[in-house]
Amino acid sequence: MTSFCLEVSGDFACFTRPEMKVERVSYDVITPSAARSVFEAILWKPAIRWEVRRIEVLKPIKWISVRRNEVSAKASVRNAQTAMNAGQGNLALYIEDDRQQRAGLFLRDVAYRLHAELLPVGDDARANPAKYREMFLRRAEKGQCVNQPYLGCREFAARFRLVTDPDSEVPALAESRDLGWMLYDMDFAAVSDPKPRFFRADLQNGVIDLTQAQVTA
Amino acid sequence: MSLNNRYDFVLVFDVRDGNPNGDPDAGNLPRLDAESGHGLVTDVSLKRKVRNFVGLVKGETPPFDIYVKEKAVLNQAHEKAYVAVGAEEELKGDKKRKGSGDTVGKARQWMCANFFDVRTFGAVMSLGTNCGQVRGPVQLTFARSVDPIIAQEHSITRMAVATEAEAEKQQGDNRTMGRKHTVPYGIYVAHGFVSSFLAKQTGFGEDDLELLWKALEQMFEHDRSAARGEMATRGLYVFKHDSELGNAHAHALFDRINIKRKDAVEVPRSFGDYEVRVDEAGLPAGVSLIKRV
Repeated sequence: MTSFCLEVSGDFACFTRPEMKVERVSYDVITPSAARSVFEAILWKPAIRWEVRRIEVLKPIKWISVRRNEVSAKASVRNAQTAMNAGQGNLALYIEDDRQQRAGLFLRDVAYRLHAELLPVGDDARANPAKYREMFLRRAEKGQCVNQPYLGCREFAARFRLVTDPDSEVPALAESRDLGWMLYDMDFAAVSDPKPRFFRADLQNGVIDLTQAQVTA
Repeated sequence: MSLNNRYDFVLVFDVRDGNPNGDPDAGNLPRLDAESGHGLVTDVSLKRKVRNFVGLVKGETPPFDIYVKEKAVLNQAHEKAYVAVGAEEELKGDKKRKGSGDTVGKARQWMCANFFDVRTFGAVMSLGTNCGQVRGPVQLTFARSVDPIIAQEHSITRMAVATEAEAEKQQGDNRTMGRKHTVPYGIYVAHGFVSSFLAKQTGFGEDDLELLWKALEQMFEHDRSAARGEMATRGLYVFKHDSELGNAHAHALFDRINIKRKDAVEVPRSFGDYEVRVDEAGLPAGVSLIKRV
């Protein structure tokens, strides 16, 4: 078995649409890329790769709007380097000077069943795939993780549970709709300039089948 | 000293006749989950208080300087002398030999070493690619009130005006009206996580962790203002895992802290109107509960 299923849920979630990220608006459902990082938060090594095959939506899609004060500036590497070499300097960022208020349209009360496959990429994983499978099962079963998985943003922590028998679980949301084009994942082939890839998300009886999805750059 | 354990924690705090976190979208009314009526306090609001507390007790000096500052707290905008980390010679040698990616890495490490908040919560540093990001080990969620809250609006008067023009308009009456919003009483719960793996990357150590707990315990004591009313930390329950990966599901541990309104109480107005039940029996093997408050 290389396919694993996790049930994740949380009070809030924000899978930000790339076209609306100044004032964040979430996609209707979790993206394959966010789902992948949930698995990676539990187990990832350079020798393996996760591919999300199926997303089941378990709860109705609901929204909440939250506006927060955010800073508009990023830490400057150049300033840090100058201060680092000089041993002194004024690096502080004053929130009153660099403030912007941003609203976010987040999802609330979400639950998904995520199915993903563990694929070996390194020689070690190819020679000994069972090791990584067992490792993942052991961790997910016990609630172990490298960092707490989250739903899009780190403040929206996810509860997770390993699902061993998906057939005996509650059925997915009885709803079908075309969710339009969604982010599939970032293509990190060129590390310095990752490119987004999109797919046509088709929700059929609460299920997005990614094996059938057409993915384009 | 680096961390060797995973921690999950529950922070319980309350507010009395104050506004714990105003909503800029709703004219500074206390944040509300419109559907359920529960009060909310954002993660960033809590992090701000941790930063302010640490800034206050450590005097904003390296290695406990605070990167993201609020002017109200900082009135000493002097130049900082930063502690050099590692061998300086190595630094100089690096410049010639290695690429820019490495220098960014150095700068990132240096920022982590000098700034408590960068090391704890992370920060985004400019300069293109993903490598300019620091992911902090401490992750905080929105706090949510146990019961639905009621926001009250109070009109208040001021016996003075700000400008002369206004005084003239009022023909010397010099009175203006203002508004303030309070929650009569609310008890809020936030969840948090500390990852030892990310702690190793930023150099967040045992001392920093102790300071974080202290900040969470005492931060409201140093955040008094007209708007806040009386806020206090009422509970800080830390679940310490024996291993780095953890020994139990975080949500299962959080479920052990139950806060309920006492049966006889219809309108809660104090902490005494609530009962906090901590289920300590049969904690999963390898998990210990530390009750900080």
